[in-house]
Order: sequence, then C-alpha cells, then structure tokens
Amino acid sequence: MTLKKRPRYIIEDKCTGCTTCVEYCPVEYPDAFNQGISQNKAVHVYFSQAIPLVAYIDDSCLRLKEDKCDICRGVCKTGAIDFRQTTETYQVNVGAVVLSSGMKPFDPGIRDEYGYGRMQNVVASMDYERLLSSTGPYAGEVLRASDKTHPKKVAWIQCIGSRRVTEGDNSYCSGVCCTYTQKQVILTKEHEPDSECTVFHNDIRAFGKDFERYFQRAEQLDGVEFIRSYASIAKEDPETGSVTVRYATPADGVKEAEFDMVVLSVGLNPPETNRQLSEQFGIDLNDHGFCATESSNQIKTNRPGVYISGAFQGPTDIPESVFSASGAGSQIGEQLDYRRGKLARERVYPEEKDVSADEPRIGVFVCHCGANIGSVVDVPSTVEYVRTLPNVVYATEQIFSCATNSAREITDLAVEKGLNRVVIAACSPRTLEPLFRDTLREAGLNQYYMDMANIREHCSWVHAKQKDQATQKAQDIVRMSVARAAKLEPLQEYDLPVNKAALVVGGGIGGMTCALSIARQGHEVHLLEKAKELGGMARRIHSTLEGLDVQTYLDDLIRAVYQNPHIHVSHEATIKAVDGYLGNFTTTVETEGRIKTIKHGASVLAIGADVYTPAEYLYGENENVYTHIDLGGEIAKGNEAVINAESLVMIQCVGCRNEDRNYCSRVCCGHAVKNALKLKEKNPDMRIYILFRDMRTYGFREDAYREASEKEVRFIRYTPEDPPEVETAKEGGKDVIRITVTDQILGQRLELDADVLSLAAAVIPSASIQKIASLFKVTLSPDEFFKEAHVKLKPVEFAADGVFLCGTAHYPKHIPETINQAYGAAGRVLTLLSNDTVVASGSVAEVIEYDCVACGACITACTYDAIEFIDTPKGSKAWVNPILCKGDGVCNAKCPTSAIVLKHFTDEEICSQIDTAVTDEEVLQQMDAITEGGR
Amino acid sequence: MRLIRVMCSGRVDLEFLLRAFLKGQDGVYIGGCKLDECNYVTHGNYDALANTYLCKRILAHIGLNPDRMRTDFMSGADGNLLAEYTDEFSSQLQEMGPLGSSEGLAPNEVRFKLTAAKKLVPYLRLVERQRLRAPEKTKQAYKAYYESDEVRALFDGILSEKLAVSQILLLLGEKPLSTSDISERLGLNPSDVSRYMITSSRHGMVRYDTRSQCYALA
Repeated sequence: MTLKKRPRYIIEDKCTGCTTCVEYCPVEYPDAFNQGISQNKAVHVYFSQAIPLVAYIDDSCLRLKEDKCDICRGVCKTGAIDFRQTTETYQVNVGAVVLSSGMKPFDPGIRDEYGYGRMQNVVASMDYERLLSSTGPYAGEVLRASDKTHPKKVAWIQCIGSRRVTEGDNSYCSGVCCTYTQKQVILTKEHEPDSECTVFHNDIRAFGKDFERYFQRAEQLDGVEFIRSYASIAKEDPETGSVTVRYATPADGVKEAEFDMVVLSVGLNPPETNRQLSEQFGIDLNDHGFCATESSNQIKTNRPGVYISGAFQGPTDIPESVFSASGAGSQIGEQLDYRRGKLARERVYPEEKDVSADEPRIGVFVCHCGANIGSVVDVPSTVEYVRTLPNVVYATEQIFSCATNSAREITDLAVEKGLNRVVIAACSPRTLEPLFRDTLREAGLNQYYMDMANIREHCSWVHAKQKDQATQKAQDIVRMSVARAAKLEPLQEYDLPVNKAALVVGGGIGGMTCALSIARQGHEVHLLEKAKELGGMARRIHSTLEGLDVQTYLDDLIRAVYQNPHIHVSHEATIKAVDGYLGNFTTTVETEGRIKTIKHGASVLAIGADVYTPAEYLYGENENVYTHIDLGGEIAKGNEAVINAESLVMIQCVGCRNEDRNYCSRVCCGHAVKNALKLKEKNPDMRIYILFRDMRTYGFREDAYREASEKEVRFIRYTPEDPPEVETAKEGGKDVIRITVTDQILGQRLELDADVLSLAAAVIPSASIQKIASLFKVTLSPDEFFKEAHVKLKPVEFAADGVFLCGTAHYPKHIPETINQAYGAAGRVLTLLSNDTVVASGSVAEVIEYDCVACGACITACTYDAIEFIDTPKGSKAWVNPILCKGDGVCNAKCPTSAIVLKHFTDEEICSQIDTAVTDEEVLQQMDAITEGGR
Repeated sequence: MRLIRVMCSGRVDLEFLLRAFLKGQDGVYIGGCKLDECNYVTHGNYDALANTYLCKRILAHIGLNPDRMRTDFMSGADGNLLAEYTDEFSSQLQEMGPLGSSEGLAPNEVRFKLTAAKKLVPYLRLVERQRLRAPEKTKQAYKAYYESDEVRALFDGILSEKLAVSQILLLLGEKPLSTSDISERLGLNPSDVSRYMITSSRHGMVRYDTRSQCYALA
C-alpha cells in the first residue's frame, strides 16, 4: 500500500505537548473540534486527549500562507517546529487491512426548514454535545450563540436526517439519537436543575442494554417532557432569539411552543471517504453508502484480506463498534496467525541490583518543561532547596526530562552517583510514568524505586499568576515525594504462565463462531453444549431480515466445528466445578455420563437466552396463537392454515418492557416485520396488523418496516395502560380470535378478527445463567443477563480476568450482531492466549500473616475475589492472589489490624506524604501565631 | 492544596484523614470518580463517601467544624469541576480560619483529641463493618443513612465512651491520675469516669494504685 502523510510541521519526537507555541501563535480561527463555536490557534493540539499529545500546524498559519510569521519557532525550546516538512509518500507491505471510516453527523444545514445556520439558537446535537463538555467552547457552560445566556427552555427534535426518504435524508434509523438525546437531557438537568427540557420524538428506540431504564430515568426528571409528535421549526423571535417549534398532539391538534434553544438530533451519515475507499480497495458499498456485507459476517468485505469495523458496517453505537473492531482483529489473526510475533523484538535490560538493604540515596530531577514549569516555578531555587532534604544525594534541573537525551541522562547519573531512588519533579504520572520507570530499569534499578512529583498540572498550570507561592508549593510537593521515595520498596511483577487452550460454554451461533475463530489461530478449544446437538436457539430461526438462510448457514457452521481438529465438542455437558484463574483454569464437566477435567487459559460464556412462554393472550389455550419465533417456523414449514389465513394479528412487547422485565427484547420488532413480509410474499391478500408500543426497527431494518407499511401491513400503536384484549369468538360461522385495541389516533376501540395471533414473546435470560455466573464468579445485570466489565471499554470481557462473553447471554441481539460479538470475544481471548505469560502488576495487596486475625473484612471488601483464607501453621489466614488483585487498596483501608498492605501505596508511604505536606516549622509558626493572638 | 495520589478513593483510610488534620491541615479533601461509573467493579468511591461521613461525625464530636472534610466525585475530564469545587472549599476554609482556634480549642487540645480519635480507627473499622450498612448504594441513600438519627445516636454513644477512654489512656501515659483529676482535665462527669475506669481495669488496660488512689497504665 502507498500511504500519503500530510505534514504536521512539528517533529513528533521533539514535541513534548507543552503548548507554549499555542500561547504565542497570533492566528485565531474556528476550532474544528469544538464545532467552530470557539476559536483556536493555527498551531494547536487537536484536543486534550489526542494521541500523540503533540501539536500540529493548520493551513491557516501565516507562515504557511504568506511566509510572514516565525513566532512559534522562536518560542519552542525543543526545536520541534519544522516548516520544511512536506507531504511524505511511503509504502508498506501488509497482509490485511481494516477500514474504519467511521461516520459523519448529518448536516442539517442542507435543508432550509431546519433553520440551522439561519437561526443562531438552533444547534445540531453535536454542537450541543460540545457545549455540555468541560473541554468545550465555554468550558462546560451551555450558552446561547445569540446573547451568551444560559437557555432555560431547551427542545430536542428527533430523527433529523433519519427515517425519511426525501432527497438528502437517510431512509434508515441512525439508532443512537434517542439515547444520546436522553443523555443530553440528563446532563442539561445536571448543569441547570431548573431548566425545562422537551423532546419531540417519533418512536423511542431504547433497544440497547439498560436503555429502557435510561429512558425512564430521563423521562422521570422534573421539568422533562417527551412529546410524541413530528415537529418543525416555525420562526425565530428577532428580538430575543428564541425559536418557535410547531407540533401536534392527538388531544390538542397543532400547537406552537417557544424555546430558548432548539437542538436538532441529527443522525449518522456515511463519510464521503467511503466512496473513495470503495474504489481504491475494490469493495462494494450498499445503497446507503456503507460497506456491503453478508449478514453471516459483517466484518468481512467482498475482497479477501480487507476487513471493516465500526460504523462502516452501518450506523452503530460505541459498544458494537468495539465488538467489530476486536472481531476484525480476530479475523486477521485467522489469516495472519503464521506471522504472529515475527516483527516483535524483546528488550533486554541490565540485571537488577539489590539495594533494598542500602540507605536511601535519592536523586531528584526538576523539569522546566520548557516554559511550562520554568516560567512560573523558580526551578534553580527549588533544586537548591531539594538538596537540603534528607536522603537526597543529588539534584539537578532539566529543560525537558522526557526528551530522549534527558531520559538517558537520568539513567547515566543514577549509575554515576550511585542513586538507588529517583524523584522526577515534572508532570502527571498519567503519561510518562512508564518512560521514567524505564530509565531506572536501564540503570539496573527496580522500576518501583521511582516517584513523580507533579509540579506542572498540580502547580505551575494552576498557579501561573502566583509565582512565589507556586515555587513554595513546588518545594512542598517535591519534599512529599522525597519522603515517599525513601519508603519505596522494590516490587516484582509476576510472570504467570498461560495455558493456551480456551473453553467455550454454549454451542449456539455465538459459541461456535467464537470457538472456530480461536481454533483457526492454532489454539485448542473445548466447546461445551448442554443439548445433544449443536445449534442452540438458531435451530428455531429460519431466516434473517437481511435474507440469510439460517438453517443452511447453521449446518455449514456445525460442519466446520466438527471438522476442525482443534475443537473438542462435549455434548449434554453440565459444568460441575470451575477452579483457578486467568491463564490457568480447571473446569470439571459431566458429559454424556462421564466426568472430564479440562485445563484452559481463557473461558468464553456464550450460553444464549430463552424465550418467554406467554401466560397472556390465550397462548397455550388456542392453537392459532403462536410466538413470533414459532410463526417463523410455521411459515418456513409451509403451514397452510397460517399462510392462507385471511387475517393475522401480531402483538409486540409480550413479557417485557413491564414491571417484571424492565427491558426491551430488541429483536421482536425486526422479527415481526420479517414475518409480515414473508407472509405478504406468499399471500399478498392477507390482512396483517401489528400492535406495537414503539417500532424499534433500528438501522437498516427501518427500510423493511417502510416496505411492510407500503405493502399495507397495518401498524397500530397501543399503550401499556390500555393493552389489547384477546378473546375467542365466532364470526360468520368461523372460529376467530378477536383482538380489541384502542386506536390512539382515532381514539376509538377497534375490533380485529384474526385467524392467527402471533406474540412477540420476550427474550429472557437462560435458566442456567445464575448457576453459570456463580461457577465462573461473574456478575449479572439488573435484568439478569451477564454483566460485562465495562459497557464501552470492555464490552466482551467480564470483570473476572480471563472470562469473556458473547451472544444473547449478554443481551438479546440479532444473529449478525451475535456473530460480530463472537468474533470480538475471540479477538480478546487471543490477546490473552497468544502470550506465553501474563504480567501482573507489582502494586498489589499482601497479607502480613502474623497480624492477620482472619476476620474476613478484606475478603468482603474485595470485589475481585482475589482474597481467600488459607490454612497456615498459625491457623487460618487471608491470602491475596496477586494475579487477581487490581491494586485498588480498599482492603487496606478496611483491615482493623493493618495486616493487609497495598504495596506501593502502603500506610507508611502515604503517611510519609501526609506528614511532610506541612513542615514542622510551619505548624509551630502557626501555633505560635494562634497562641499569641489568643493572648 | 497539596495532593496525594491513590489508585482508588477507596484506599483513603479514615486514619489518613485524621492524621492530616493532626499534622496541621485545616481541611481535607477527597476527589473520587463519579459514583456508579467505576471503570472497574470496585466502586471504592462509596467507601470514601462512608469514611467522609464518619470523619465528619468525629470532627463534630470533638468540637471541630465537620465542613473541614469534603468529598466530591468527578470524572477525569472534569478538570473545571475540580477547580470549581476546590476553590470553593479553600475559600470556605479561609473563612473558617485555622483548625482549632476558630472552634475555640487550644492547639494542644486539638492534638490531644485527634490523637485519641485516631487511636479508635481500628475499632471504628469493626463498627463500620458490623453495624453500619447503608440500605443501597446511592448517594442519597448514603447521605440519608449516615446522617440519620439512628447512626448519629449509635456513633455518639460509641464515641463518647471510647473517645473518653482513649483520652484517659493518653493522659495516664503521662502520669498516674485520680478519678477527680481525670474528670477535671477532660471536663467529664466523675461518675462516668469511674465507670470507664472500672471497665478499663477489667480489660486490663489500667490498674488502680490504692496507696496513691490513682489510676495508672497497666
């Protein structure tokens, strides 16, 4: 591949991200990251969490445009600015490519009716997102563009640019706007508790995990109103800048309301680059401009070796982008496994010296950080002061401690001066702690003998105007750090061997897909299935809305599993016990009557979900009442009674979105539309009614919903307070099922006589989920599906290390989504299994057995099950498994006898900082002043 | 403001808080992650919140302003909130004035009482574990529970006795004293003092010298 890299005009290796150049740059232009609401400089760091955290120079630079200014080059102390840089072209040879082109917010400016750009106080939701952010244009204050006041009445209009077939709009549902709007409402109320928020919406599509509860949380806030209505921008008051919105309700007809600010909840567009990528890579796009994929694998493109992830698949939210990103990694692993690790080089450090018995010899390096620290804190006098502190044998200043030559200087001086502990007085340890730890390792010292005194973020940056006090504070900070350094102990990181096999629990589509992907990367996989045959719930599903022939696909998948020599399937399996931890599990399984012990390094829980058995609407009493999943089966079988029915009614949300199950089953609206379209195809005259609460055909499924309406499938909304009533009746000598429902628009009771009734029975957690969760020590969400470690950051992992999840055990989802997530889980499993060892931090808790009274306080406090009782010659004592310990130290704060110690944050270390925060002289002075004042 | 880094606000010991006051700080502040948004499963910020309430109760009990202890929750991106909260806190502290003198306590008295309270921390941990349990993990529930009359009464009961004993033991560490000496020094009711001394001698912590009619450390 030939890549072109545009010049940054900054030498990345030299830039320390100090932003002095930004301060001096004379050119201001609209800040793209903040939606152009505020200004930024021609040279700037794109945003505060940018990686790498270095500046770049924009085209608006005077030097670049007119060859005029040279200020930034003058002020940059590291000489990082280089105007001679030009566009570089270079070639790389790669075996695979992942295209993650992302999405672009819909531009409401293309349509005059939205008033965007024309009315100052009409903003797009992305603008509003930045206004709410603490790093936004007004540092977290929501202000109106017209008069910079806080809006008290804010309205959101949903579905801007989505769910419309008009030119320039998207026919699909963007899937994320309902929930992000609810988030914005909640944040607005946190910013301004007395503000009034109104959301004009169509369906509320709270189809994701915990979204239903989130919606309720937003809706139940005081001063928040959700109004189901199309809404349009009517006018702007030229005096006040307020905006009038026109809408309609069934009760009152057309109404108008005035708001201080209106937010347009814009949808997700494919970026223009998709076309270009399609041409360059020879991959197909779908009609919407996203990548065209098969629903059996939405990560793969039509060109081998080219994969996609995230919103290139279609509009998607963060967790699902993470599934597919990790999944793309796994698929590439399948392709390139034979090359794994070939480009890696191991770093060799000098042997570590044991200095634990020596007196502390502390070296202190005080960093100027260019002008960042040096222009506020008097660095030379700080160095002088530091030399007077106990145990300090050497102190010096550096312009940039993090620069390559300075880091080498730290290593060299540590050796030359015989230092055994190092304090770096510079910036936050957040970014550079690993680098400075490395300088110690290079000097043959244990890396935990280093402490960073943060005199930049904690001092010079916040006290720029109080230079004397800042210097005083810097000295205090370094003194605390030196005191701590004297107490530091050498700690060892644990290398723990990893068993290379994986265990996958559940032989449905999720489990099998995951097992295959792991096995194709050379690992043994033990696949457990509780039934006699593989396949799971998919055995009962015949097609997807996208047109996948599920049974054929399933047969192929099962064959591939059986044919893979690395996969060992256990049928009729029940797990008896799970022992061990990350990298070293032992699971005991009973399979087909015999007991099997499996050793494995990773576990994937893909146990699927069950279908609710309706207790309502004559289910089980009348043979013409089906669930959607069974109806799909009857259609596939060609059941004449069903296909030739004159009239068929579907009722949505049966057994969920209620008090018992406060969640949306996500798949049922899609299933209803799929079945309706199948039936219309076979029998166009059939009258089909779908009784729904919110149609949640998110993403491209919206097109199928529209198609169904066009084919005269009738959609009738009902409310949970007034649900449909179902009874049997005779009509014209024929047995019918009579469904009575209130038509919300007409306000009348409708009687529908149906030959067949189909119920959208909820997807419910598997009956065995509690048991499996307790065996693997993992937790469940409030709705009793598996709880992932973090919704966005770790969506396929459990908090228990080495245990992963995928499929409907996590939350109801469609087959393509399960496959995405199954590959995602496989990707995460490989990041563990591809290593020979896992490294655990040295900063973990440890028990001083002598002091332990076995009260169990630490065991209760630990949320990772890292602590247990063990038998010792002195009786039962707590023991910490260092591999499982996350180093939070909650146990340390709970132990009544101080017998458990979090290493690197021991009581002694922290107390040394507390004790030296104020010098004894200062305390005495203060006390004298008080005593004298008292006299 | 001087900062000490911990990896989780749940690591902040009750002892650290009292120690900081003892070492001359006029106020102590804990900054934790937003409640219910723990990136792990620890939710240690709730422990920090519980300790905050306990610390405030102790401060109030020994006559110090409980508002000298403050805890706020924010995300890593909320730098502006940290600035806002800590500015507010430091100006509050400035208004309050130095620890002790503003509350009408002499420096050695503050020291003495805080030292006595700090010695109770291991015991308070047991109490916290065995007798204190907020009904649910929400900010509101913690506030309602820790500020309830029930917890207040429990705590005041424990503190008045334990803190008195702790103070007496500290005094006796200097020299043996009679019951009336003790009640005078600490401003306690003499009958309470004799009750405490009887219990303490039964626990083997003090002994009574019949000749001098004084109590001394055992």
